[in-house]
Amino acid sequence: MSKQLNLTLKVWRQDSKESAGRIETYPANNIPEEASFLEMLDIVNEGLIVQGKEPIHFDHDCREGICGSCSLTINGIPHGKERGVTTCQLHMRKFSNGDTIWIEPFRAKAFPIVRDLIVDRSAFDRIIASGGYIDVRTGSAVDANSLPIPKADADSAFDAAACIGCGACVASCKNASAMLFVSAKVSHLGHLPQGQPEREKRVLAMVRQMDAEGFGNCTNQYECEAACPKEISADHIARMNRDFAKAAVKEALV
Amino acid sequence: MSFILDSKVPSGPLDQKWSKHKMDSKLINPANKRKYTIIVVGSGLAGGAAAATLAELGYQVKCFCYQDSPRRAHSIAAQGGINAAKNYRNDGDSTFRLFYDTLKGGDFRSREANVYRLAEVSTSIIDQCVAQGVPFAREYGGLLDNRSFGGAQVSRTFYARGQTGQQLLIGCYQALEKEIHKGGVKMFPRTEMLDLVLVDGQAKGIVVRDLNTGKISSHAADAVLLATGGYGNVFFLSTNAMGCNVTAAWRAAKKGALFANPCYTQIHPTCIPVSGEYQSKLTLMSESLRNDGRVWAPRTRELAEKVRKGQLSPNDIAEDDRDYFLERKYPSFGNLAPRDISSRAAKEVCDEGRGIAATGLGVYLDFRDATKRLGEETIRARYGNLFQMYEKIAGEDPYTRPMMIYPAVHYTMGGLWVDYNLMSNIPGLHVLGEANFSDHGANRLGASALMQGLADGYFVAPTTVANYLATQKPGTVTTDHPEFKKAEAEINARTAQMLAIGGKRTVDSFHRDLGKIIWDKCGMERSAEGLNQALKEIPAIREEFWSNVRIPGSGAGANMELEKAGRVADFLEFGELMCHDALNREESCGGHFRAEHQYTESDPEVQAGKTQPGEAKRHDDTFAYVAAWQFTGAGNAPILHKEPLTFETLKPSVRSYA
Repeated sequence: MSKQLNLTLKVWRQDSKESAGRIETYPANNIPEEASFLEMLDIVNEGLIVQGKEPIHFDHDCREGICGSCSLTINGIPHGKERGVTTCQLHMRKFSNGDTIWIEPFRAKAFPIVRDLIVDRSAFDRIIASGGYIDVRTGSAVDANSLPIPKADADSAFDAAACIGCGACVASCKNASAMLFVSAKVSHLGHLPQGQPEREKRVLAMVRQMDAEGFGNCTNQYECEAACPKEISADHIARMNRDFAKAAVKEALV
Repeated sequence: MSFILDSKVPSGPLDQKWSKHKMDSKLINPANKRKYTIIVVGSGLAGGAAAATLAELGYQVKCFCYQDSPRRAHSIAAQGGINAAKNYRNDGDSTFRLFYDTLKGGDFRSREANVYRLAEVSTSIIDQCVAQGVPFAREYGGLLDNRSFGGAQVSRTFYARGQTGQQLLIGCYQALEKEIHKGGVKMFPRTEMLDLVLVDGQAKGIVVRDLNTGKISSHAADAVLLATGGYGNVFFLSTNAMGCNVTAAWRAAKKGALFANPCYTQIHPTCIPVSGEYQSKLTLMSESLRNDGRVWAPRTRELAEKVRKGQLSPNDIAEDDRDYFLERKYPSFGNLAPRDISSRAAKEVCDEGRGIAATGLGVYLDFRDATKRLGEETIRARYGNLFQMYEKIAGEDPYTRPMMIYPAVHYTMGGLWVDYNLMSNIPGLHVLGEANFSDHGANRLGASALMQGLADGYFVAPTTVANYLATQKPGTVTTDHPEFKKAEAEINARTAQMLAIGGKRTVDSFHRDLGKIIWDKCGMERSAEGLNQALKEIPAIREEFWSNVRIPGSGAGANMELEKAGRVADFLEFGELMCHDALNREESCGGHFRAEHQYTESDPEVQAGKTQPGEAKRHDDTFAYVAAWQFTGAGNAPILHKEPLTFETLKPSVRSYA
């Protein structure tokens, strides 16, 4: 029999966007240490349902760290204190018997709460829609190898493109800034030759949409980089700021 | 009652069918396209690509997904890569070879013309994705890199590290967001389709539930496209995302759409073993690991038992006491034997009591010899991210201790029946990607799922849907039609019925019970005895579900138990259909292995050395057909309709990996 943990959970409960929230306390007993953090919540929820109580609502889907659905601020840190993992990849062996664990949603003005730990991150979609793409019609592309791209550029683009859009960067930032998320997309497309024609238009539109959604600004504390489950570098923010400044000056002069 | 299905495959030589069909297809005047509304359910590679492309063409598109953003669809989790017959490696690849490999890999149970078209459009997919900015792996010269995948003899797989699905989906999602911004697509995230609405026998809309507010609403359209993925979660444990479900496809089936070949399910050999009852899903370890890892189990039950009890470390098992069973049984393919063969071999070893891991359901994938040969640095460079992922989940270091693996359900080849236009037997209802049955036959090759999703979404459906739309006057049906009101009333009644049960058991507990039956009796190996038993057990679980499930809360607002309950209720009906199909198919092919139908020593093919005892035995004379099932009510026997499979270009042969 594997080792089991007995824990105390302090969980944010909120019935709907409009209602007031509260912290509730739940015991989480006999949790196998091989279970993932979300499986621990599954076990707690099964118990709550059988007792006739409402289960804790949280977002999740792939449970292998790639879809970006899961969130949770665990003991004050988005996705918990382990580096480079999402909540679904966090396992209970990282906790000790008797621990009290605080579980809260990803908090930001631009991420309104839907229920309990589920937040509405559609602001991210609207930022991408404002310009986070290369405008190419299906069927109009040239042969893929007609455009050689230096390996280093392709690798850099990939590093930025690894973003899963979970919002941990926003939740970790005292200003609720989305600049790591936005800059990752600006960098991904800006590193590629295909992304050049719309480079200026893109950065202007995305940054303006980001501001309109109510995200804050960056004050260079890099909590976002530390919380990012894909370990995306905050250097992208500096790059985006340069691109934005250039594009804004050019726009003002035209 | 039963009828023969018309696949509407165009006439002419195989390699000209698609060009001819495009030429013969109807066109819609650009000024008229915007008068048509098309519903797309699902926002993965197939749905997202179709929605974006149809909007580019000028149609009004409404796209629905259950996730909070279209970027989270489960296509995102595909690791390995995407095939395309580019022949950039000059290693003898061609459209015909990709077609040949796919048809043969599918064990001659797919439709020849569809498979050829898939191979034909594969090259355009890569061009499209690169233009969108998908960061595929490149060589130092700046051109695209390729690798061989899943035992293929040519290097035709394009990849983006171990996250190819993610990168392709993000490309597709960005195209979709672009069209949302331009106004061609209206997106409905966190919205689940609960019914298909037919008007005069044609698909004219859907009824959905808003998962945030609980609101039920209707949407009318001139055509409906389902791109809702596979049904792997009928097994409870699978590599699918938690939300993947059969509901949209099953509700369409209950409205008359035929469900084809549901028994064709793919089991992936290299997943992390189950560790306990609480387990919610299984994690795949990329197939590429088998390029260097050696698969083995202890030679005796006694040794295996000591390992299971923790009295013996696998590193202390002597070379002679290790059974490298894939290398032993399949000397020429060894550890790279196809997915179904490798999976079944692992199951056999565990059935013999030689399995490892605490549950006895696991075998080793060992990098000791590769590390000796290549050095730890090379292994780290090749598999570092995978080893790290394993360490996080299993809590063991695969550099010093062999990995534990066990097969898990990964992909489902069956799906709603469609013709060459990807239209189901219900006029106006089109089905794309994993949700249809058409391209992979009884077994799918590695790196072909992404290819099919994007082929259907970017290139096939946008052309073929016009053939249907051209026969329709746009906008004739609105949500005021009584059929919509009727469907909404039925959904509300069903929700109220579920919430009123107030029983003692959770939704998951029923799902787990169903999954265990399907895994044991309709999993890696099936037999008439087991399937008949499952057909008795599943209705009993279903009955208990409808009298003893407990769903807290109400239908208003977010209620995850209610969402799950609706999906599990559908799996409880669908699982039965799977068993009917598996029972009917008295042969073994691809992912469907019937214990009664395997080669033995006395077969001439075995004596001639073409195959080995224990291998899958097809019966082409009696089973070279698509089994498309008609729903006749829960608990009633479904009606079988057939589409005969004819092979004009390739003659079916015995699949041999000896």
